[in-house]
Amino acid sequence: MSEKTLMIGNEAIARGLVENGCAVATSYPGTPASEILSSVVSWQRRAGIPMHIEWGINEKVSLEIAYTASICGLRSAVAMKQVGLNVASDPFMSAAYQGVKGGFLVISADDPGPHSSQTEQDSRMTAMLAKVPVLDPDSPRQAKEMVALGFELSERFEVPVLLRPTTRVCHAGQDVSLDEVSPGNLGVDFSKDPSRWASTPKFRLGQHRRLVEKLEEIADYAPTAPRRVNPGVAARRAVVASGVAAAHSREILEEAGLLDSLPFYQVLQPFPLHRSFRDHLLADYDQILILEETSGVIEMQLADRNRTLGKLTGFVPEAGELLPETVERLIREFAGLAGETPSPVETSGGRRPTLCPGCPHRASFYAIRKAAPRGIYPSDIGCYTLGLNLGAVDTVLCMGAAVSQAAGFYQAHKLAGKETDIIATIGDSTFFHAGIPPLIDAVAQNARFVLVILDNSTTAMTGNQPTPALGVGAGDTPTTAVDLAALVTACGVGFRRTGDPADLPAFIDLLREALAFSRSTGPAVVIARHPCLLDRRQKNPPPRQKVTVTAECNGCRACVTTFECPALAYDGETGRVSIDRLICADCGVCVHVCPRNAISEITEEEGTP
Amino acid sequence: MRSGELVERQQVIISGVGGQGVLFVTRLLAEVAIRSGLEVMSSETHGMAQRGGIVVSHLKVGGFAGPLVRAGRADVMLALKEENLSLHRHFLRDGGWAAVNAPSPPANGNGICVHALDADRLAKESGLLRGVNLIVLGFLLAEGSPFPFFCGPGQVRSVLESGTGKTAADSLRALELGLIHGKQHNEEIG
Repeated sequence: MSEKTLMIGNEAIARGLVENGCAVATSYPGTPASEILSSVVSWQRRAGIPMHIEWGINEKVSLEIAYTASICGLRSAVAMKQVGLNVASDPFMSAAYQGVKGGFLVISADDPGPHSSQTEQDSRMTAMLAKVPVLDPDSPRQAKEMVALGFELSERFEVPVLLRPTTRVCHAGQDVSLDEVSPGNLGVDFSKDPSRWASTPKFRLGQHRRLVEKLEEIADYAPTAPRRVNPGVAARRAVVASGVAAAHSREILEEAGLLDSLPFYQVLQPFPLHRSFRDHLLADYDQILILEETSGVIEMQLADRNRTLGKLTGFVPEAGELLPETVERLIREFAGLAGETPSPVETSGGRRPTLCPGCPHRASFYAIRKAAPRGIYPSDIGCYTLGLNLGAVDTVLCMGAAVSQAAGFYQAHKLAGKETDIIATIGDSTFFHAGIPPLIDAVAQNARFVLVILDNSTTAMTGNQPTPALGVGAGDTPTTAVDLAALVTACGVGFRRTGDPADLPAFIDLLREALAFSRSTGPAVVIARHPCLLDRRQKNPPPRQKVTVTAECNGCRACVTTFECPALAYDGETGRVSIDRLICADCGVCVHVCPRNAISEITEEEGTP
Repeated sequence: MRSGELVERQQVIISGVGGQGVLFVTRLLAEVAIRSGLEVMSSETHGMAQRGGIVVSHLKVGGFAGPLVRAGRADVMLALKEENLSLHRHFLRDGGWAAVNAPSPPANGNGICVHALDADRLAKESGLLRGVNLIVLGFLLAEGSPFPFFCGPGQVRSVLESGTGKTAADSLRALELGLIHGKQHNEEIG
């Protein structure tokens, strides 16, 4: 028996890649997919096999690098979150036409809920759009099995395969077996064939026709066919589920004793749906309940509205996560069972997410509010989206949009003859990902705003992955460091300065200078450089500065509301603010925040009050 | 010895806020279950919610298919903040029980049995600022605890002992602290 280890879905997917000879793995971090690539590094090191593993600058670049390894004959994979697949959709669509050589997996993690995403989009729909087969795992174990299945499918039909886990697979933990690692084929063999790899529209038509044929064959491919969970049970009604909804359904059907009376099928490959399965369902059942996340992908391929109950018929909610309580209610209603079922409880309230105590972004946002109190503040995707809490984030659209939205605000206001200060914020990793083209655009169009690049030298939100500026890549292997400041200058920006937001008064002055430049001349960039406190890779952590609240505190709560540090708490009993020593990071920035100067530095000798 | 029954199938909720080590406790208990030959499913909170927000983990031991605990199905809850008890008590079944980090015991009710320990204070006093999670776990597993659970303190200790360095040592100290105070608590309530 093989050894069993606790793995979250992302670790299990990574294990599957390493066990099945994946030679090139790339990714851009994003919840819920972030741990896949770092786990590939861990498993690869443990197995001692050669691989190229890379955190790409964005999902498009990552996909193109992994795809190209595949057309050289190597097994390869790229991992991202679902909105990352939007960024990578251009090469994804074309890769479907040109096809692959070595098995090629595109792993796109969806986030029904959404828990940590801008959208609840269903990557299986993108697979349909691209005409690419998609596998939909229900658990970490199955996600690992589907890596092997996906590589075989991909090689057999020379087509990219989408593996679509959801948050409840990626971040579910399960005992998963460690199986043997088979080293990948490293026989790189790129056979030149311009009609295929450089296909012009004339050849693309033929490639499209071939792709349609492949899909028809894949709809008959036995290894990915739906599984009948309870063979032998006959009825006029059936339940069909895929992904984690299938796991919920199985548990609920079993518990309600329905597995003896209600045929239950699990779909492994929601697109293309197997033809014989579709024909069987429509021939043998009057009513079919379809449980899947997030859109009705299986349902729309059945195309008989009179017999299906699902997302398209309105029986299953179209938005939001399909929680087990909802699945239970739907199954009981479908099966005609009486009795109350508890509904999922909305656990709103509690406490809102907030920047960590000592986070340098908090100082940056505080400074932005001071320098441009009536400004417009476009922002972006990352921890710093939580600048919302400080009133210093007005817009968040998608990766890189802070820069283009700042330009858009400028152009719209200019047209109306209105002047307004605009200070945009973007993280260093997000700037590399999608912020550079809009900055060049802003220079060319002379859009006047201040861009603050929040440079904490890491991709903090997703677990401190490196950025191109760091000089280290996946698994801390050395890479060539890209100079962020030189890059900004090379975009043609006339004002570019770097400051430390923890030195709050000086940083506010710097922002005022940048604003003056933006009003008179053109776009200005301030790089707010201060390391992330959670990043263990940082070699020179900033000095710690203990502070205390003195008797001068009159309980006005200005610090609590405008600085919003979780370590500053108003105590109703004493009528004063106190510092929570359990979480204070000793950054010392709040000393500059109190209007009565009631927060002051203390030396170690004075001890902790 | 714990006096509660050792069970092989259990649904547990672990609830706290970002930075308290909810995931650490979840993985620790999952590891204990695997070493005991039991199947596990768990569900974790990652991403933006982790930044100081509410973090909740589901742990299902013994042959479950799905990773989520439904409302009214959990046997046990560990609440690493007092406010998390009211936030997530709907997960607990009738007759379920909770160990909560709170200065004084919050009210029982809805057929739920609540036991409280001021783990924040203990953590501060003992200099184990990151140890609240394991103090509460120790409290839950302590000698004399009347509640059924799928493992005992010895199994948790042995998983922690396979770690190294100061973190592992601190974790063990925090667990022991919780065990001692749990034992006292269980003697007091008789």
